[in-house]
Amino acid sequence: MSASQDVGSELLRLDGVRKSFGDHVVLRDVGLTIEPGQCVVLIGASGSGKSTLLRCVNLLEVVDDGMITFEGRDITDPQVDGDEVRSRMGMVFQAYNLFPHLDVIGNVTLALRLVHGVQAAEARSRGLEMLDRVGLSDKANARPDDLSGGQQQRVAIARALVANPRLMLLDEVTSALDPELVGEVLDLLTELKGEGVTMLLNTHEMGFARDVADQVCFLHDGRIHEQGSPEQVIGDPQQERTRAFLSRIRA
Amino acid sequence: MTDRVAEARAPEDWRPSAVQRERDEWRRRRTLRSAVIAAGSTLLLLGAIGGAVVSSPGWERVQETYFDWDKAVSSFPAVLEGLWLNIRVMIVCWILILVLSLTVAIVRTLRGPVAFPLRLLGTAYVDVFRGLPLLLVIFLLGFGGPALGLSGVPTSSLFWGCSALVLSYSAYVAEVFRAGIESVHPSQRLAGRSLGLSYSQTLRHVVLPQAWRRVIPPLMNDLVSLQKDSGLIAVLGVTDAIRAAQIETALDFNYTPYVVAGVLFCCLTIPMARLTDRYARKKGYHGAGGHL
Repeated sequence: MSASQDVGSELLRLDGVRKSFGDHVVLRDVGLTIEPGQCVVLIGASGSGKSTLLRCVNLLEVVDDGMITFEGRDITDPQVDGDEVRSRMGMVFQAYNLFPHLDVIGNVTLALRLVHGVQAAEARSRGLEMLDRVGLSDKANARPDDLSGGQQQRVAIARALVANPRLMLLDEVTSALDPELVGEVLDLLTELKGEGVTMLLNTHEMGFARDVADQVCFLHDGRIHEQGSPEQVIGDPQQERTRAFLSRIRA
Repeated sequence: MTDRVAEARAPEDWRPSAVQRERDEWRRRRTLRSAVIAAGSTLLLLGAIGGAVVSSPGWERVQETYFDWDKAVSSFPAVLEGLWLNIRVMIVCWILILVLSLTVAIVRTLRGPVAFPLRLLGTAYVDVFRGLPLLLVIFLLGFGGPALGLSGVPTSSLFWGCSALVLSYSAYVAEVFRAGIESVHPSQRLAGRSLGLSYSQTLRHVVLPQAWRRVIPPLMNDLVSLQKDSGLIAVLGVTDAIRAAQIETALDFNYTPYVVAGVLFCCLTIPMARLTDRYARKKGYHGAGGHL
């Protein structure tokens, strides 16, 4: 099965993805494509399925139907090695999910050493470089519990980014942060976008979505109701549900 | 490829697409294959071990000495009566052990200089009784205790034997509880105190329930171990299952009663382990999450 002809230059493609937990259908018939270098933002109320969608792409959940194609390969095929697929993506969680028993540099270099086979010394220097890039080179030996939320989230982003993933998945990365700390994380994401990192993220920060996203998808009840450029979806929504959601969030 | 997926597009009355049916079929086949391989290799291994034992030159004599059906039947009532003592000792001791060890664990996790003497006492107790061999404690208390002639304290070997078990085991179990208490993230304590709960309320309603769930497996270990060690008080002249088996054995040097006692112990332990598993699951202890 040569999938490369009909996927073109796409990095990620979702086709008819469905996921349910018991009787509760969380995603139904979700379709989406992402080109390399694009930033795609998912918006929608809590419980609309945004996080589940990201977790399905990262193979942290097994889809009930449909197909997810990553770099031209069907990764929903049960014969695919999920660890190998995940090693080419980076995922950042809402609650940071740093390992509390490791210091910051330990968190950042763990996968480099264990998954990517990088020697300890080189892993350390790459980790320090990455920490420098997120502005935390002085915190390399601190414990995650001793950092502020914004700093922890930047460590989490560095941890996901250090192995040069082809795709970054960011799950409400600013939702747990103070407003004054949201800026530092969003600025970092804007920088990454400028450097050509491909991102799929969900957020409630409409200003960020408007400025940075190439594509905005509005999810409601597990379905993508509207998708297009930010000017279209946020600026001039066609669907009643999208308008209702946007006015609620701006109120 | 897209056409095969398109079948899934019917919104409400969803039926798996061709791709999904293929995947489900593949997973089903793989599960079946794994199950067959696992079952086959287990049978093969057991068969090989069994075959080696049965075909060994001395098997007939061993079978006579250890697996004599008539001897098993005739010794069963005596061994069972001994086991009843084991069960009673185990239940009473286990309750006392849980109370004493939890107290010691809580004392050892107290903060602040005021609690220092208590912490010191707790640490000394654990150090001493974990260090002493159980058999030594039983001899010491079993023969020394009654000799003290304390008024109002029973002098029976059973009482002093159980005291020795409780003292020795509580030292181990206290460390299990302490590990559980300390494994609860400090943020939980903070959250509890922030609601206005006192130190002890936080401990009782926030920390201990989470700690308890985590230490169920090691507690189970100690309970099973206690069940077997409860037989050690036989050295004080009490007749438990092992002692009863020994008496039966002494009649004709046929060791089948020991095997009977072993089987009975297993009959106690295995259902208990399954019950604990079920209890732990009900309490929301799932181990690692999902398929990952």
